[in-house]
Amino acid sequence: MEFVFFVEVLAGGLLAGVMYALVALGFVLIYKASGVFNFAQGAMVFFAALTFVSLTEAGWNFWLALVVTLAAMVLLGIATERVVLRPLVNQAPITLFMATIGLTFVLEGLSQMIWGSQPHGLELGVPDVPMEWLSQRWNVNISQFDLFAALVAGVLVAVLALFFQKTRIGRALRAVADDHQAALAVGIPLQHIWAIVWAVAGFVALVAGLMWGVRNGVQYALTFVALKALPVLILGGFESILGAIVGGLIIGATEKLAEVYLGPFVGGGIESWFAYVVALVFLLFRPEGLFGEKIIDRV
Amino acid sequence: MLYREAGQFKSTYAQDQQIFPILQDRVAIAILLAVAFLLVPAFGNQYWLGAILTPFLIFSLAALGLNILTGYAGQLSLGTAAFMAVGAFMTYNFVLRIPGIPILAAFVLAGLCAAAVGIVFGLPSVRIKGFYLAVATLAAQFFVLWVLQRVGWFSNYSTSGVITAQEIAILGYRFDTPAKKYLLTLAVVAAMALLAKNLMRSETGRAFMAVRDMDVAASVVGIPMMKTKLLAFAISSFYAGVAGALHAFTYLGTVEPEAYSLDLSFRILFMVIIGGVGSILGSFLGAGFIILFPIFLNLASGWVSGLFGVEISFAVVSNLEVIIFGGLIIFFLIAEPHGLARLWQIAKEKLRLWPFPH
Amino acid sequence: MTVPQPIAGAQRVGEVVLAVENVSLSFGGVKALVEVSFDVREHEVRAIIGPNGAGKSSMLNVLNGVYHAQKGTIRLRQGAAWREFHDMDSHEAAALGIARTFQNIALFKGMTVLDNIMTGRNLKMRCNFLQQALWAGPAKKEELAHRRAAEEIIDFLEIQHIRKTPVGRLPYGLQKRVELGRALAAEPTLLLLDEPMAGMNLEEKQDMCRFVLDVNDHYGTTIVLIEHDMGVVMDISDRVVVLDYGRRIADGTPDEVRSNQAVIDAYLGVAH
Repeated sequence: MEFVFFVEVLAGGLLAGVMYALVALGFVLIYKASGVFNFAQGAMVFFAALTFVSLTEAGWNFWLALVVTLAAMVLLGIATERVVLRPLVNQAPITLFMATIGLTFVLEGLSQMIWGSQPHGLELGVPDVPMEWLSQRWNVNISQFDLFAALVAGVLVAVLALFFQKTRIGRALRAVADDHQAALAVGIPLQHIWAIVWAVAGFVALVAGLMWGVRNGVQYALTFVALKALPVLILGGFESILGAIVGGLIIGATEKLAEVYLGPFVGGGIESWFAYVVALVFLLFRPEGLFGEKIIDRV
Repeated sequence: MLYREAGQFKSTYAQDQQIFPILQDRVAIAILLAVAFLLVPAFGNQYWLGAILTPFLIFSLAALGLNILTGYAGQLSLGTAAFMAVGAFMTYNFVLRIPGIPILAAFVLAGLCAAAVGIVFGLPSVRIKGFYLAVATLAAQFFVLWVLQRVGWFSNYSTSGVITAQEIAILGYRFDTPAKKYLLTLAVVAAMALLAKNLMRSETGRAFMAVRDMDVAASVVGIPMMKTKLLAFAISSFYAGVAGALHAFTYLGTVEPEAYSLDLSFRILFMVIIGGVGSILGSFLGAGFIILFPIFLNLASGWVSGLFGVEISFAVVSNLEVIIFGGLIIFFLIAEPHGLARLWQIAKEKLRLWPFPH
Repeated sequence: MTVPQPIAGAQRVGEVVLAVENVSLSFGGVKALVEVSFDVREHEVRAIIGPNGAGKSSMLNVLNGVYHAQKGTIRLRQGAAWREFHDMDSHEAAALGIARTFQNIALFKGMTVLDNIMTGRNLKMRCNFLQQALWAGPAKKEELAHRRAAEEIIDFLEIQHIRKTPVGRLPYGLQKRVELGRALAAEPTLLLLDEPMAGMNLEEKQDMCRFVLDVNDHYGTTIVLIEHDMGVVMDISDRVVVLDYGRRIADGTPDEVRSNQAVIDAYLGVAH
């Protein structure tokens, strides 16, 4: 009984971790291609989910709403490249980071101005209930929707990997990620590439937004969930898709386990900070993350 | 013609190293202080003193604290509000547990507590920079507030979560009116701004800026990296702590964790960016802007409604405010990374030449 | 507070003050330095030369603790006592009187020329931050005394007109000069210069040569420099050590090195 409960908590945590990883993926994409740490990824998740849910609630067809939301995200990516990134090219990373904090506020304000600030429920046809055969056979409660989300995440990662490995744009992206100057020198249009990356990150944000929207409803609190992607990135490293997944799983699992087994002794609510403190400890003892390489400062 | 330094020769380094080397600046600051200390409390009404000027001073102090860390020492923090919360809660506890303690002593002790917490969360800065550090300070934001809420001792086991701040007294003299609270705030903020200005123009300030501009080179000229960064965290958090104490005692009148959310941390960061990164004056300009702008926006929406007969809802105005703040951040980072303080400086340059353009 | 006083007359090269023994350094698989040994004598101008990638900058970086050698020792004489290091950090090196300029200029770009030079004096300042915040008594006195010392360096390097200019706005040649000024402000016993004349025009080079020789003559500072301009190296250095692929291939006076076959091969690119 004890063990079954542990497995349940662990599985729940791992699956929540998949959801964190979905958000973290968007950060990694943009960081790899442009060296920008995009704080606004969370706001993009919120914006995408809110746009989609508002359109479907207005009676739009599911697929039409999806395509229109995607188009909006692509436009947003292009606009961000033009208005924010291009004028700030060659600035210190910290400046770009602060600019994306500005972008966060613009997006959050804009989303709520257009669509209103009331919370929405979201349904994708997969109910968020325990799977029957698992609970009957093993007495383990694991949500159908969680497994669905894990599946979606798996497919998304596979698609991204294919996109990066097999397509011309993907190769150009990797070249840009490796060395901006060299990529420019061989004639890769940097600005197009950046716009594409932001658009892809917008797509990832949409997927993450839908998954989180079903779980918690589409509301402003989504931006706080998205913040949890930051500790995930500290663990997994900013440049590795695999790292984002593994980091997400670790954060998700340890956070749930800590809440359940440690929480009662300290008054609960430790989910609000546990991930950050884990990240803090990592920063103290292994700042390059689990997969990152040690950085040597060249002078 | 009025603002001209020609003819003001400096024959000693002491003269050249005054805070305000130009005579007109010294006169202007004297007038400003006289107005702030004498005229404002005499003629200001309750609304202006209590709801605008006092918070303006407090947020200026918090922004100044963050500016020391981010603007001068180059270490980004998203946890300023948490350090303010430490200041507020610890002041409450010092007043509660040490009967008759002068409020200023409680402020200093609370500031020291905030500084200690700042050092702990600043430890990662020894090994990491930039947005990595932002995540570490987020840990401060969430963890510190959780501790203050969950550990009963800090709120003296209050069940409501909101505690009333004790009355402010120094040796029996009570600061119980908005004007007196304003004066106390002004005195603390003015003194601390002066200390900050002195510190930033001496060896410590240069060490901060050296670490900010190029840490390897700073270490090569013998600046101890760890000590300098942790000192920046300590001083910055001390300032934030005292600002938090003032916020609870002279402004809100209550001590509550909700007042020190992540949102406040961002607001203070915005004050620094808009006001001017690495500028004492900028901290004041930024705080003034962030406080006055929503008031202006409300007024403007009122006029627009009056003119066109359209009702602008409160939600729209508050969203518009968020959008404009975010947009301004991007605008200032692109167009004028040194913020309002730099614009002020440019205006002074123009004034020096006026009316002859060359 | 002592202001560096010029020592009358040109300095005679003295005893060994710095000995590098079998130092090896590698980054991952790349060997930057292999068993390098050489020494530096008091008051001399010692040049390190070699083709690109020979390990010259790495050698300087090891000398003042920016990089940490995996093997070998560095011995430094202080008065009559020798201190031996396997590993030191750059802060420690500064405290031992080693100052440094960089190939790619490592100034504090947001600070003025005066402030940059003042940072060079930070190890000589004693007041704590509380005294500085009060700006009273000792702190003010100290600040002004060091300002005076900084102004002497500003006069020496002839950069009075730009003392309040942020260094980010200065042209390259002047930045190099300011960086030398910051190093001099520490009153070093050992000055490491990494390509002080790189990227300069003839006039700027001549100025810089003059400053380097003046520093050596007037203050008796021992100088180790890396330079690509052979003419400069042959003119101003007392002894030259030549590195190639991280190894020492020659060591001696400029004339000896010039006629050394290994050096000629290295520069002309004979197959190894």
